[in-house]
Amino acid sequence: MQTEYLIAVDEFCANHNIEISFISSLQQTGLIEITTIKETGFIDAGQLQQLEKFIRLYYELDINLEGIETITYLLQRIKSLQDEIITLKNRLRLYEINE
Amino acid sequence: MIFLDYYKILGIDNTATPKDIKNAYRKLARKYHPDLNPNDKDAKKNFQQINEANEVLSDPEKRKKYDEYGKDWQHSEEFEKAKQYQEQSSNSRGARYSETSFEGNFSDFFESIFGGAASAGRSRHVKYRGEDYNAELRLNLTDAYKTHKQSLTVNGKTIRITIPAGIENGQTIKIAGHGGQGINGGPNGDLYITFSIANHPKFKRLGNNLYTSVDLDLYTAVLGGEITMDTLNGKVKLKVKPETQNGSNIKLKGKGFPVYKNEGHFGDLYVTYAIKIPTNLTDKQKVLFTELSKS
Repeated sequence: MQTEYLIAVDEFCANHNIEISFISSLQQTGLIEITTIKETGFIDAGQLQQLEKFIRLYYELDINLEGIETITYLLQRIKSLQDEIITLKNRLRLYEINE
Repeated sequence: MIFLDYYKILGIDNTATPKDIKNAYRKLARKYHPDLNPNDKDAKKNFQQINEANEVLSDPEKRKKYDEYGKDWQHSEEFEKAKQYQEQSSNSRGARYSETSFEGNFSDFFESIFGGAASAGRSRHVKYRGEDYNAELRLNLTDAYKTHKQSLTVNGKTIRITIPAGIENGQTIKIAGHGGQGINGGPNGDLYITFSIANHPKFKRLGNNLYTSVDLDLYTAVLGGEITMDTLNGKVKLKVKPETQNGSNIKLKGKGFPVYKNEGHFGDLYVTYAIKIPTNLTDKQKVLFTELSKS
């Protein structure tokens, strides 16, 4: 496994000034995945954007983990509905008079 | 420059306690936070105003100044006083800090009263990604047919991007690192470009398939023959079967739209025949058609 795309959890927490327990809770609820190598937890860089969003929701908006879980699910639903709208709009264009 | 009533923005009156301000801010921030309203420009604008209102009203010093000069900001004398005060008191100008990566710019009104001063009293100095930018790029169907490069100007910087063939109308691509600058040394945000592909006068697209219609004269439709038609990749010869019906379809395999990021693969082209009945018939032709109708 390549390690250059992995960020150590404790390093991330120190940088963001947050508790490691918060990251563990996110992992337990399945919101993020942690890779353990030689007893050290790592976060895949691809999850960084999502993780920072969770931090903002938790620390800035006082939204608890259950709330974050619900929001994440609903945002995914919105995204999937938006994608469906795009597909349907494109299908509709077949029947539209040229602009 | 428009006067911003920060109390009104937070939905509170000017006697609000710090607790009232905090509660009002939290409530509105939860409603308009860009994390909860992705790609919603109105929500982002509202959030910036709420953030700005909170920035001022939650800081006793700023609130006092706002209450004193805010409504009369147009009075130059007081305005100058405010400016001088800000120059003396602010030694961190230009190093604005925010906990959120969505702060964006404060209003001209805010800047005129408080300058670009940093938020006071915040303790969590963390590294955050810069703001993500969203842009729309309009293309013609023929542009989207081929992989091509295009230059874009984003916040004064020109970037050259490669647009892969087969991009879909409404599709968004991410250009990493071309969003807003990171905060406190954090990475830059990303640029999201959504493509808007204009309809083509001849071809309609659905996914990777193209749809078009071609006119066919009556004689070729009845007797069969060969016609030449346009595709997005040049002309092709088409064999027409005898007794072809009006509105019938044929499929030209692999003559459709390129499959996104799958070089050498194409969808299909569906052709609908539109048979044209001859007009301005000569007397001889009329006789022949009459004979034909009796046969």
